[in-house]
Amino acid sequence: MSDPALEEKIAALEKKVADLESRVPEDRVTLVVFSGELDRVLAAFVIATGAAAMGQQVSMFFTFWGINSVRRRTLYSGKRLTEKMMAFMAPGSSRKLPVSQMNYFGIGAKMLRGMMKNNNVASLEDLMALGKELGIRMIACTMSRDVMGIRDAELFEGMDAGGVGAFLGDALRSRVTLFI
Amino acid sequence: MDAPKADATLDARGMACPMPILKARQELGKLTPGQILKVVATDRGSIKDFQGWASTSKQLALVSQVTEQENGKDIYVHFLEKKA
Repeated sequence: MSDPALEEKIAALEKKVADLESRVPEDRVTLVVFSGELDRVLAAFVIATGAAAMGQQVSMFFTFWGINSVRRRTLYSGKRLTEKMMAFMAPGSSRKLPVSQMNYFGIGAKMLRGMMKNNNVASLEDLMALGKELGIRMIACTMSRDVMGIRDAELFEGMDAGGVGAFLGDALRSRVTLFI
Repeated sequence: MDAPKADATLDARGMACPMPILKARQELGKLTPGQILKVVATDRGSIKDFQGWASTSKQLALVSQVTEQENGKDIYVHFLEKKA
């Protein structure tokens, strides 16, 4: 038995379902880490590792001050004067990040780390290592890296490079997107 | 209600958010579907945390949660069934 009108209707419906399926969010969480302060970056990594543990595919985009949290060292050679000044003034690693309030030249950040340790809270570096284990994808924004003159060798190993297209490519398929 | 029989136990006492969930995830990875993981935690946020995870996840189901006393302090015991 075949009814051409019915078959046509089914084909149209199938096309519609396939179209809708491509618009349903995936089990995916995308974060922009714009801030370069210990407390804010910590919040980003708590959410990111929690989401990854809960079965979400997590992407973290590091841009502007957020790049300082994924640095492993500071290089000066081959940089322009302004880039050298930037490198000198910026925190050279996650361990040197200030806090967003009551920093007092780094005393506040040291105190917060001590208080977290006393309360058995994982350190930022612990969470970063766990994030790597859990398969979190980390992308450094090429535009802000170029502006500040940050080289590949200054960043964590295994970081991807990308821009707004890479971010939106992930964010548009995500259930949750945060800008921290 | 009798406590479910656990196939593995995670001692998450003293751990703060997000570690109970991260460690539970690692332990669940070692189990096969249908097995039960018992998580013992002192973080009072862990009750809502495991509820939140279970409510959105195809990986696990929350079998039961009980609050017990240990040395005069509350401890939170969660039984998670691995689904997939």
